[in-house]
Amino acid sequence: MIELLAQAAATGEDTIAASEALSSGFAYGLAAIGPGIGIGYLVGQAVTAMARQPEAAGMVRTTMFLGIAFTEALALIGFVVFILLKFA
Amino acid sequence: MSAGLFTPAPSLDLERAPETEIALDLVRRGLPAAPVLVLVGALVAGTDGALSAAFAIALVLGNFLLSATLTAGAARISLGMVMGAVLFGYLARLALITGAVLAVKDMGWVHLPVLGLTLIVAHLGLLFWETRYVSASLAFPTLKPARPTRTTPPPNAQAATRPPSAATKE
Repeated sequence: MIELLAQAAATGEDTIAASEALSSGFAYGLAAIGPGIGIGYLVGQAVTAMARQPEAAGMVRTTMFLGIAFTEALALIGFVVFILLKFA
Repeated sequence: MSAGLFTPAPSLDLERAPETEIALDLVRRGLPAAPVLVLVGALVAGTDGALSAAFAIALVLGNFLLSATLTAGAARISLGMVMGAVLFGYLARLALITGAVLAVKDMGWVHLPVLGLTLIVAHLGLLFWETRYVSASLAFPTLKPARPTRTTPPPNAQAATRPPSAATKE
């Protein structure tokens, strides 16, 4: 009986650990998808703008670089949530 | 006038690519701000916090420089390459940051909450700070031009520029 209870407790801990791993993985994965879509859209529009108006390429690339960095911050936030959920 | 997707990004001096210029300016502003964040980290978690904050700042600045290098290098090849370099660069840089943090997470000096918060604060703080100095106009596509410094005129400058008739009247 005691062995069975110990096994059940171990299974419960395993379940909790598995849930933690799943949720932290989902947090990071989902947080990386949004910025990925955003960056793809942003760069696509920037490339179109540069192809249409080459003389404005410098301006477009400056704005594009800052936009990429701002969008990437969302993924970084997801990453920080991941490491805090998983390891802290 | 238009350029195809497989032509190099036009009208750009290779050594002064806009991304490189912005990233270098970010580093130029980030280095003096780093001691403040390290000090805050030290106040929160002692030496571990300070070291973690310093590591996070190094990650953020390295990330900016790598992003700029990838984009500028791709723009020398073609506009289509810019698209690929930015998207795969995003994945690669996320993987690098994840790998760097996972590599050090078990070391004794790492304080994960300080490291994570410094990552976000340094990244966003530097970007918002940088937006004050970005011009993004046709004349100045990257940074605003530096204001001319006011120099004090030499003491006899007024006398030197005074017309000769005024001097003779005196």
